Amino acid sequence: MFDVVVKNAALAYDERIIFKDLNLTLAGGEWTCLLGGSGVGKTSLLRLIAGLSTGKGLETSGSVLCQDGFSLKGRIAWMAQQDLLLPWFSVIENITLGERLRNSFFSRRKVSAQELDRARHILEQVGLSDKATELPQNLSGGQRQRAALARTLMENRPLVLMDEPFGALDAVTRLNLQDLACDLLANRTVLLITHDPLEALRLGHHIYHLQGEPATLTEAIMPPDSPPRSLENKELMSLQGELLERLRNEEERP
Amino acid sequence: MKAFKPLLVVLFLLLVWEGIVVMFSMPDYILPGPKAVFISMYDNASLLWEHTLVTMTEMLLGLILGVVFGILLAMVLVYFVALRPWLLPLLLVTQAIPVFALAPILMLWFGYGLASKVVMTILVIFFPVATCCYDGLRHTHQGWLDMAKTMGGNRFAILRHVRWPAALPALASGLRVAVVVAPIGAVVGEWVGSSAGLGYLMLQANARLWVDQMFAALTVLAFCSVSLYFITDLALKKLIPWQPAT
Ligand SMILES: Nc1ncnc2c1ncn2[C@@H]1O[C@H](COP(=O)(O)OP(=O)(O)O)[C@@H](O)[C@H]1O
Ligand SMILES: [Mg+2]
Repeated sequence: MFDVVVKNAALAYDERIIFKDLNLTLAGGEWTCLLGGSGVGKTSLLRLIAGLSTGKGLETSGSVLCQDGFSLKGRIAWMAQQDLLLPWFSVIENITLGERLRNSFFSRRKVSAQELDRARHILEQVGLSDKATELPQNLSGGQRQRAALARTLMENRPLVLMDEPFGALDAVTRLNLQDLACDLLANRTVLLITHDPLEALRLGHHIYHLQGEPATLTEAIMPPDSPPRSLENKELMSLQGELLERLRNEEERP
Repeated sequence: MKAFKPLLVVLFLLLVWEGIVVMFSMPDYILPGPKAVFISMYDNASLLWEHTLVTMTEMLLGLILGVVFGILLAMVLVYFVALRPWLLPLLLVTQAIPVFALAPILMLWFGYGLASKVVMTILVIFFPVATCCYDGLRHTHQGWLDMAKTMGGNRFAILRHVRWPAALPALASGLRVAVVVAPIGAVVGEWVGSSAGLGYLMLQANARLWVDQMFAALTVLAFCSVSLYFITDLALKKLIPWQPAT
């Protein structure tokens, strides 16, 4: 699996510099977690990598390259904090949305039987087999985020960008979804943004902390063992305390 | 119980009406009571029916065409950004001139028959439909658009599967307004010049001081408008179940 290299990235809104000269390497096939207080520019960085940074007053520079020399285009799956399920489509229609959107407007071609089979298999993996034909509004928060995860898996892209995907869930549901995502997205290159140190410590091979204004990245933390790490891990708990303390100091500054 | 409430409101209005007639002992040529009006409706049933059909045809044709044009204009505004600064003022101008002022000219251009009334109705409902649809199409949730973009969707497919369904609730509010104001276009058109329709009937009855018949025509018109609204509302709720509850 190839690395993804972010080089000299810079981003500013209306001349307000969010970050500049930012360098980050996402190790191929591993999870990189990005911690940081709210408003430091985590989402901005993620959007820059995804090529979604367009808008009035937005200035960006820098490059995002794949180590294997090919372009990133078409190799990214995007998972946001909101589940982004379309309320007019059933769960399975939502999961096959990508296929639908890549079809031409005029083609009568429906989603192929093969893709539907794959979608059903993925639904089974995330434990939503019985919800395939439900509308999203009939799902619980955890189920909706599972569906969003299923849609991400369906896209089958090597690089997965996740922006606080489990942030809105209750603690237990969140732990379960972390395990599930860790299992199903193993061997992909993942960049996970979170404000929860424990989440980063459980899932990440590399953990960075984005802080300051303009924002900079701290040295990577590489917790021992392989994810998903158990909550009983002593070292994890002490690292969590340390990270929480760091995040708190950051918040206290005016 | 829910379907009951409008009925209760109607009953209440009838009571107030009768109350006013009795209390101020209104003469029949100023305000006839509900009973007189219903008798007139009964006596003139076939006449009323004939003219109701005319007005309803004008309204429905105007509605259908106005909605189609409104949606088309909204699409043009969304997809041809360069045309926006030209079309938006034009749209505003069509609304700044009251339909009343335009009616005589439209009679001149489109004749005294169906066409001028349909055009009037189109003019009245075009604006709420176009602006609501345009707003809806413009304000697609950014997250959905981002996701569609990373999926590599083409813009027509995104319009069809994401932007259009997302705009439907906004379009629906435009349609609700349109259905309410559509009778204005049709009836004003009939007042300015026509030989059929409920508006025409009202003018005729008014000139002859057949006040009970005038109220009969008015009641039928009100009934048609209200029914049209409720039918539309119900249909929209069925067709677009994902719109926010109101
Ligand atoms: N479209 C925008 N226009 C102007 N400023 C923005 C815009 N989006 C975000 N910002 C600002 O940029 C900073 C970083 O935002 P964001 O990347 O969303 O932070 P995070 O995801 O870390 O909470 C915030 O202070 C925010 O106010
Ligand atoms: Mg954010």
